[in-house]
Amino acid sequence: MQRDVPTLPAAPEAVPAPASRRQQIRQGFRDSFSAGLGIFPLGIALGLLILQAGLPWWLTPALSLAAFAGSLELLLVGMMAAVTPLAAIALTVLVVNFRHVFYAFSFPLHLVRHPVGKAYAVYAMIDEAYAVNASLPEAERSGPRLLALQIACETYWVGGGLVGVALGAALPAPVEGLEFALCALFTVLTLDAFRSRREVPSVLLAGASVAVALVLTPGLAMFTALLLFVALLLARHAVTARRPAQEAAGA
Amino acid sequence: MPSTSYLVAVLAIVFGITLALRALPFAVLGRLRGSAMVRQLAVWMPVGILVILAVTALHGTMATDRHGAGYALLAVAVTVGVHLAFGRRTVLSVGIGTALYVVLLNTL
Repeated sequence: MQRDVPTLPAAPEAVPAPASRRQQIRQGFRDSFSAGLGIFPLGIALGLLILQAGLPWWLTPALSLAAFAGSLELLLVGMMAAVTPLAAIALTVLVVNFRHVFYAFSFPLHLVRHPVGKAYAVYAMIDEAYAVNASLPEAERSGPRLLALQIACETYWVGGGLVGVALGAALPAPVEGLEFALCALFTVLTLDAFRSRREVPSVLLAGASVAVALVLTPGLAMFTALLLFVALLLARHAVTARRPAQEAAGA
Repeated sequence: MPSTSYLVAVLAIVFGITLALRALPFAVLGRLRGSAMVRQLAVWMPVGILVILAVTALHGTMATDRHGAGYALLAVAVTVGVHLAFGRRTVLSVGIGTALYVVLLNTL
């Protein structure tokens, strides 16, 4: 089974050595379980929705592989069923997925060494992968762990879609409310990230941004909130940069 | 039903734009790697982005099912409570919170 490991078990982990590659991959899969609780049911919902909209079943896996962005795909089903002009679809994709631009600032792509791995990590940089990784302490992150998480998430997503397609004919009405798992996941990850780095100002600025965004542009709340948040952080940087740069030292 | 060529065109557009949005910032940031501002933002952004994701996801849930809005708030509170009380086991917290919301929404 294991090729480059001697027949005898390796020395027992008496010394807390850094996690081996195999352990890192296992950690990544374990990370993925909580995200999977949200992703898998949502995938089922997508499969059901596509069939109900009268679209061909193969569109479910094709869309999941092409976009790999849950909320967007659910949105696109209705638009495709109505044969919305391609320009309008392009604009929707641009606005809904624009948030990924901001992830690049703190997504630990440098941990992934191999070019193919890097390319996959960028392609599969979904909200859940970003969020789960952001809640980990910096020392526990690693390339194999990140990739294992992303591959597992895509498997849940495509797998869920296929299950949804299969259920589509049999099930009269899907269970409602499963999408709450996503909301619970992000709440929990916020708590974890808040503990590992005491970023009270960031939380307050983000809270203010999202509150303003929900009032001003409820339909585009996430987009507006992220823009506002980045603007506020830039202002904060301009203010703190004048003082001696001590704060930057904190993790 | 939309033609297959239309669907394939949609797939190509979705793939191209999504990948570009994910990849282009890395290409630009590579040149700004040493910038103090970029490093500062990398430290400050994650928690805030998570707050924004959590709030907008909650808002989305409350908006799609108006009669479940109160249940959603209750389920978030329970999720937080379980997470802090039972040793931050994410699968447990998310599982209990979601189960509570689904049961409340479908039975009451």
